[in-house]
Amino acid sequence: MQYFVQQLINGLTLGSIYGLIAIGYTMVYGIIGMINFAHGDIFMVGAFTALIVFLILGALFYSVPVVIALLVMMIVAMLLTSLYNWTIEKVAYRPLRGSFRLAPLITAIGMSIALSNFVQVTQGPRNKPIPPMVSTVYNIEGISVSLKQIVIVIVTALLLALFWYLVNRTSLGRAQRACEQDRKMAALLGIDVDRTISITFVMGAALAAVAGTLFLMYYGVIAFSDGFTPGVKAFTAAVLGGIGSLPGAVLGGLMIGFIESMWSAYFSIDYKDVAAFSILAIVLIFLPSGILGRPEVEKV
Amino acid sequence: MAVTTSPERDIVATPMQRAPREALYAGAIALGLFVLFIGLRTDQNISNELILVQRWWLLAVLVVLTMAGRFLYVAYGQPFLANQKIVDVATGLLPESVATRFFRLPYFIAAIVTVAVLVFLAGSLDGLLGPGLAGYARFLRALATIYALASVLFYFRTFIHAHFSALGITALALYPVIVVLVLALYGGSVAAGFQGSLKWVDNYGIQILIYVMLAWGLNIVVGLAGLLDLGYVAFYAVGAYCYALLGTQYGLSFWILLPAAGAMAAFWGVLLGFPVLRLRGDYLAIVTLAFGEIIRLVLINWREVTNGSAGITGIPKVTFFGLMTFNVSDPNYIAKVLDIATSSAYYKIFLYYLILGLCLLTAFVTIRLRRMPVGRAWEALREDEIACRSLGINTTTTKLTAFATGAMFGGFAGSFFAARQGFVSPESFIFLESAIILAIVVLGGMGSLVGIAVAAMVMIGGTEVLRELDFLKQVFGPDFTPELYRMLLFGMAMVIVMLWKPRGFVGSREPTAFLKESRAVSGSFTKEGHG
Repeated sequence: MQYFVQQLINGLTLGSIYGLIAIGYTMVYGIIGMINFAHGDIFMVGAFTALIVFLILGALFYSVPVVIALLVMMIVAMLLTSLYNWTIEKVAYRPLRGSFRLAPLITAIGMSIALSNFVQVTQGPRNKPIPPMVSTVYNIEGISVSLKQIVIVIVTALLLALFWYLVNRTSLGRAQRACEQDRKMAALLGIDVDRTISITFVMGAALAAVAGTLFLMYYGVIAFSDGFTPGVKAFTAAVLGGIGSLPGAVLGGLMIGFIESMWSAYFSIDYKDVAAFSILAIVLIFLPSGILGRPEVEKV
Repeated sequence: MAVTTSPERDIVATPMQRAPREALYAGAIALGLFVLFIGLRTDQNISNELILVQRWWLLAVLVVLTMAGRFLYVAYGQPFLANQKIVDVATGLLPESVATRFFRLPYFIAAIVTVAVLVFLAGSLDGLLGPGLAGYARFLRALATIYALASVLFYFRTFIHAHFSALGITALALYPVIVVLVLALYGGSVAAGFQGSLKWVDNYGIQILIYVMLAWGLNIVVGLAGLLDLGYVAFYAVGAYCYALLGTQYGLSFWILLPAAGAMAAFWGVLLGFPVLRLRGDYLAIVTLAFGEIIRLVLINWREVTNGSAGITGIPKVTFFGLMTFNVSDPNYIAKVLDIATSSAYYKIFLYYLILGLCLLTAFVTIRLRRMPVGRAWEALREDEIACRSLGINTTTTKLTAFATGAMFGGFAGSFFAARQGFVSPESFIFLESAIILAIVVLGGMGSLVGIAVAAMVMIGGTEVLRELDFLKQVFGPDFTPELYRMLLFGMAMVIVMLWKPRGFVGSREPTAFLKESRAVSGSFTKEGHG
């Protein structure tokens, strides 16, 4: 039982990170119907930015309180990563809006290749380890919960609450939801569609940057190629939850996290990704539009 | 009631007025993007701790370059392009006017003379100019050669256009012969010709043709049936491991295992396709992606059979239809049988013709299938699934046949790949490969075999050319490695080509069924990859 709860906590931590990335996928998909393949690499850029900020802080000041260091890392990462995603949207996706469906998918794949290789070229191909930032571990009745995990879950919960508020209670969120339903109609009603889409990309990137910072803090290491696997898993999570649905993305992220930690705990660690992908396929066979996704209505 | 008027927007700034402002914006964005990634570099010191290396001058150079580029583009580039359109319309030279201005007889003669002089001086270049300038001279020679060839192609464009397939196949069939002959003349002996041809036949010829074949195979799934498949490399892997395992364990011949690998891949295609093909659009895409990853992960982790990430080595070579072999130690080694000098180039040239034959087989089957009921059902399915169903087409079997046929060609290509490399490992079957193949299909204009072949040549050949740019070391210092920038440039090229030609290189179709006369249809009227 203790072992099970322990795995539950590990899964929750992992799932929070996947959930944060998945929101970026699902929002972009909801609003312009494209798979943003570069999102995983945006996450990696966020983590790298956090790493460099961490090193700058270490070089400039003798010692910085961990809370402040984390905050600064997160904020700078959010800003710069948003700038990346904003530029990419403007350069690579916007000119192809209204073109046929696969065109932006290919530019997204191209951007993903370009981003990861840009980081490889500028920062070197090696793994970048940092000293552990937070090492406190609490022991509650045989279950060890590290402070890192608590931080991840709390930050994720706070951000999701903020995000929920933005999407459901502000005029910006209303504009986003309107664009999601019918872009042409929204434009007719005076919504600046281009701006709304840009903001969607910025929001997705900011969440991915936070996920990147938390990933760096949790694992303490990052490499240029680390965007792919979390990216694919987060995308899997978004599809599992029903692509286009925000609660679905979080739910899917948590599910993937749980599947992974349970599978590596009870079966074999080698096949944890195989398990996650297989469960995706099985779920989709029975629920073809994901768990919380709206079934696609066919209009003739 | 207050009447509000929108502010006057009709004051249009001249390009010269806009340019400095745009340049400033571009500079600010570039600064923001690059400040941490180029201004600083993370490096490990002796005690393995990360330290930051400052490179502010590089950052400054890049930001200034970005600003200058943006300034020139807004101030001169955009007006020039806009002007060009007016000129083109006035002269009625659309759309060839740019090309006719670019390819002119005097330029052509100049290029020929440059090439001739530089080839004549080839031996003494290093002595005359020193190693630094000689590198540039060789690069200039390559550029001039390409320009001269392109001019020739351009002047004969109507002829080439009319006989494209025949000319293309002839050129491909003669390619190794020409390479060997040219290099033999250049090097002065036949042996040198064979030895020098290795790189050209292997790195350029075989490499590009493998991708042509894979892209033509994927084209059946994506271009014809309109199913977005992001895990095509899985079938490639199945084919490769099929040959690698059965060839090394049971010593079976390539000629038996080639069809077996195709059948195996097709079987996996059906196995995957059966449960998931009722999914639509992006759900199908992610499941195929997941399937590709599952295959790769199984290959890595099932160490007892696949030897894990170390891969399988010692895969037997292809034999010359069982009559001759390409192993020097065998009694029926080709050079012994034919009584010629030993060279490793024979095998490569044989492989070149083998993959060329496989490619032509793929093209032939695709062309014939498009005219058969099943091919028409695929294209109908791509255009409108509901209409298909109401006309009584069984969409599941139609999708399955497309999936299985595409997978089969992936399997053929895979077994060829294993035979060519003599070594397979899961490293070769990552998602990036699927992405590259899909990109070639889309860039080629989906459904157009010629366009896809051109796209493969441009993208794969282009990245191979980047390996040759050693003279850049003279510019940027000896620790500059052009190869590092290969994939970065590849990714950017994908974006740029897509922005430039969103419909791919060949944006029109020859319809398979028509009334009275066949008219090419613009690609804009066909749908693709909606699942």
